[in-house]
Formats: sequence, structure tokens, C-alpha cells
Amino acid sequence: MASKPRTLYDKIWDAHVVETREDGTSLVFIDRHLVHEVTSPQAFEALRLAGRKVRRPDLTLAVPDHNLPTTPRLDDRGQRVPIADPQSAAQLEALEANAPAFGIRYIDANAAEQGIVHVVGPEQGFSLPGSTIVCGDSHTAAHGGIGALAFGIGTSEVEHVLATQTLLLKRSRTLEVVVDGVLGAGVTPKDLILHIIGVIGTAGGTGHVIEYRGRVFEEMSIEGRLTVCNMSIEAGARAGLIAPDEKTFSYLQGRPLAPKGADWDAALKWWRSLPTDPGATFDKSVRIDATAVEPTVTWGTSPEDVVPIGGVVPDPASFADPSKQAAAAKSLTYMGLTPGQLLSDVAVENIFIGSCTNSRIEDLRAAAEVLRGRRKAEGVKWAIVVPGSGLVRAQAEAEGLDRIFIDAGFEWREPGCSACLGMNPDKVPPGERCASTSNRNFVGRQGPGARTHLMSPAMAAAAAVTGHLTDVRELTG
Amino acid sequence: MDPVSTIEGRAIPFGAKNVDTDVIIPAEWLKTITREGLGQGAFQTVRAEPGNVFDDPEYAGAPILIAGDNFGCGSSREHAAWALLDLGITCVIAPSFSDIFASNAFKNGVLTVALPQDQIDRLLVVALSDEITIDLEHQTVTSPFQDRFTFEIDPFRKQCLLQGLDEVGLTLARDKAITTYETRQAAQMPWLAKGTEIAA
Repeated sequence: MASKPRTLYDKIWDAHVVETREDGTSLVFIDRHLVHEVTSPQAFEALRLAGRKVRRPDLTLAVPDHNLPTTPRLDDRGQRVPIADPQSAAQLEALEANAPAFGIRYIDANAAEQGIVHVVGPEQGFSLPGSTIVCGDSHTAAHGGIGALAFGIGTSEVEHVLATQTLLLKRSRTLEVVVDGVLGAGVTPKDLILHIIGVIGTAGGTGHVIEYRGRVFEEMSIEGRLTVCNMSIEAGARAGLIAPDEKTFSYLQGRPLAPKGADWDAALKWWRSLPTDPGATFDKSVRIDATAVEPTVTWGTSPEDVVPIGGVVPDPASFADPSKQAAAAKSLTYMGLTPGQLLSDVAVENIFIGSCTNSRIEDLRAAAEVLRGRRKAEGVKWAIVVPGSGLVRAQAEAEGLDRIFIDAGFEWREPGCSACLGMNPDKVPPGERCASTSNRNFVGRQGPGARTHLMSPAMAAAAAVTGHLTDVRELTG
Repeated sequence: MDPVSTIEGRAIPFGAKNVDTDVIIPAEWLKTITREGLGQGAFQTVRAEPGNVFDDPEYAGAPILIAGDNFGCGSSREHAAWALLDLGITCVIAPSFSDIFASNAFKNGVLTVALPQDQIDRLLVVALSDEITIDLEHQTVTSPFQDRFTFEIDPFRKQCLLQGLDEVGLTLARDKAITTYETRQAAQMPWLAKGTEIAA
């Protein structure tokens, strides 16, 4: 019997519905739950108060990332360096105690595997194509890069998943973002996703799951796909997906928690059936021409405030919507920019290369490529590289990338979320500007009064070299 | 969770669009391991501005917040809902909400009411001088004037809010269905059922 053509989202959804109620809400099974220290303590506390246990500790993986300082964690004698901030320390201790108390595997802050949850999941082979993945963090969308239905949840939902391994959900609408053609030289997945967010807006994907389709994504590396899906939430979509393919499978094969033997073969068979069927329809569709994408940076305080590096700071009056005009004017005041100013004239004092968006080995290679044999400009006071995990860090060191960064005047740090949100000591000083490879340029995100310009790792490296926002193609020619 | 039925009182006429959860509660306030006390950090950057609506004595203790499009976008932090509750806000009215925030708000008994922009504009005016009433049972927003707006809400969420139901408890009662699913998955997709227990 020929069944109705289905999208990748439909197939994953259908395979995970435990039951559907009359009102259309479904109880959906969750295959993988990633837990970190910030959004879990109140969930564990609620379980404890209600005398409830974790239903499937074997489907749960805990790792600290948000609060950890990125300075050395062990002293010369191999002893743990105490965490100065008592609140951060208490939160980290809570996770370290809660994980074993509830039977959950815990990756220690000093383990080689420690890193940002969204780097660790795929790297360990814990995140798998076709699986449902949740975490109390909105950038869980990243795991869609390997073809998983992955989305961020709040603490009450963390508690719900811990207790029941399910969530009550309504089927999302679907949005396809098709990018055909080829990205130009020097144009990276980060530039593409910033461009896409600029086109569809920060609320454009609300209520939808995005599937990124087209040649550009087929040719993109897994790291690049994780970067693109990661920022789906910045377009309002809770999840983003890219169909798994042979590249995905070879990325996963042999990873510690990936299926082995007969399981691997059976998994492969199912994974290969997941891509959207020909003829399947989406609720909304957006087409983007890859050749129109330039190296892109943000000028404002919303990820939709994007402009090609060759452009100028927009005039708030140029926006049709009066409320957007007001928001843009406010953003420009906060950012200390004037309409018509060339982006390439904007000087930066800080450089942050890291975050769950851009801290994988490919990102570090791209930045190092620009920095090789160069040094950060005089005006750049603070430049740090924060690898996404201990394994990324080790790989980079094996390739000698750490030397390139250090020689260029960067600090080579321990893994964690770091200056993406400044919960740990890594903050951008008030009024100063940061060329950042992270995902949010919100007011105060990198520290009170900090001014963030989002961009790719290569572009952040270029800004470090010249001391101002720079088209990386001028350096790499 | 306390049941929610009618919310009546002054409304803070904030009106801003794309209010992200970093604005509602900055990251430095997320280091807590409890749900209380976050009101102190709520809207920190907005409150740094003189004459802001949050510190205007006119709206002290107001249970309602009126905002613009896409309220609660960005980070999934449930601390945003806890911070609103700590300020005494139990209802947010806006043209639209981010999916994650709407879910977090619901789970904490904070009612999110979506109304078209023209009705929001009208309520922003009413809020300057008068109280607003939200009746969840009848799904209406009314003012002391002629205003009577109706809003949509998911029937399940409405029931949970009206009765103050514990969602985890409700799902735990579906244990048999979940066990059936797990048994089937272990047979058909054993690699998914193995998780962290997989042999290295």
C-alpha cells in the first residue's frame, strides 16, 4: 500500500508518539535527555519532594558547562581549583550530587569528554538520527544537524522528562528552508544561518520545525549542519532538521555511545528511510539563493539584525514597521553605532571564539587558518578561544592549532559555554564591543552593557587581526 | 500549582516587542538552585532606565503585563516565568509568544493571553488609568469601559490551569502506555533503547 508522502519531521514524530489524546495533544517518547547544571537543580528538587525517581537514567546524560570557569581547573598538584563564585560552585555541586543520586551518568568537569552539552551529545554518539532529544537549553536545536528532532525545554519539562521519559506536545507546523546553489569562497554555515534569520525574522519560525533542504546542506560538513540547526531557535523555531546521510553515518560510526554491530546495521537501515519523501508538503516554504549570501555580521541587539560585512549600519527610518524603527533606534544607541557607518569601520576590543554554535574542530581550524602567522591588533584587549569540549581541545592541540592561537595573542581556554552568556567569569566589559562566534547579541548577553557582533569563526579571527570588523576575504584573498 | 481562574488588577503597559528571556532575567541570576527571589533581577536592564514602567508606583503589585510581539524569545530558561511570578505577575498579554516561554509560563500557572495588536494597543491605553480583568473560564479580557476581547487557549492547558493539575502526576498515570511503547522500542529499535548503557 502506498502511504502518504511524509517529511523527515513527520517520520520522527510518528515513531515517537506513545498516545494521542482527543484534543490532539500527544504524549511523545524522548530518546535522549541531556542535563546541565543551570536548568536542572529545581527539577531534581521537585522529584525529591514528590518522592519520584528518574524513569530512564540510561537515556539521560549529565555534563556541567554553563558555569565552569575556562581557566585551568586543576592546579600544579592535580588538585581541583576551587570555583570562586559561591553560587556557581553550589550549582555545579548540585549536579555532581544529583546525577549519581538518581543513577544518571555524569561527565566530570575534569574528564576529557567534558564540554558544552550540544558538542558532547553528537561527539559521544549519544545523539542519533531519528531520535528525539531534549535538554533544558534552547540551543538543543543543534542536534538537528545529525537528523534528530531536538529541542530546548524549561525546567518543569526537564522534571517531566526525568519522571516519565515523555513530553506532552502538539505536532508542530513545518517550514522548509531551501538553499540551492553553492556558497561563495569565505562564506560559512554561520554566515548562511545569520542570513536566513535575517530573511525570516526572529519570530518567523515560531510554532514550526524547520527542515533545511537543498544542495548547500547536502554538501555541508556535520559541524556546519550543527551550526545551522543550532540557531533555528533564533528564528523562533524550536527545532531545525537536516536529513541524515552517508556523511552523518560516517561521522557517528565508532563513537563511544553510537550503536555497534547488528544494532548499527539495523539503525542504518532505518536512518536511510528517514529523509523527506518526494511529494511531501510543508506548511511554509522559503527559498534562498546561496550565491546571495555574503560574510555576515549583526549590527543590533536581535539576531535578525544582520548585514553583509560590506554594508552599512541601517537607518532606523528605513524599516517599514514603526515598532521595528523604534527597536532599531534603541539598538543603535545601545550598540553605540550611527546609521550609515561602514561595518568595516567598527572597532572591536574583544574577540570570543567558542559557544555551542561555533566551537567544534572545523570552527577552530577556520579561525586558525586566518590567524596563522598573524597577531591580534593593538586595540584588541581580550581574545579567547574556548573549545567546545575536551576532545575538541585535544584534537586542536594535536594539530598545533593552540600554538597558532597563542602566538596570535589569544588565550587558549578550557571547554564550556563561557562568554556566550557570561555565567562564568568570562564577560565582555560594559560599553566594549565583542566580535563573537556565539548565537545571541541580546542586550547584556555577554555581560551588562556589552556590545556583541555575531559572526563566523573566520570573521572573528579577521577582526582580531585588524582590530575592526573585516571581510575575511581581504585577508585570505 | 495553584488554580487560575480570574485575574483582575492593574496592568504594566510595557508594550516592547521581541522581549527576550535575557531581558526578563539576565544570566547572572540563573545561578540559583531554588525558584524564589528572581524578581529582584527581573527586567534589570529596563529598570536601569529612569522613569521605567516597572518601578512606577502606579503599577506596583500589578498582576498583568502587556507586551509586544514574540514575548519570551531566546533562551529556554524557566527562570523567566519564575521571575514574573516573583514580581507578582500572573498574566502576560501580547500579540504572540515564543513557544518555549509559553510552555514554561503555563507550567507555572502564568497565563499567556494572545490578542491582536490593535486590541493590545487599546489595552495599553486602558492600563494607564484602569484595571483589566482576565476571565479564563470564559476566555475574555475586559476593561471598565466597553472593551471585551476574547482569546484562544488550548483546552488541555485551560483545564490544567483552572484545576491546578500536576502534569507530571497526570503522565505518571499513563505508565502502562509508556511501558508498552518502551517494550516495542526495545524490540524494534534496540539501539535507541540502549542509551548510556551501551557496551564500549
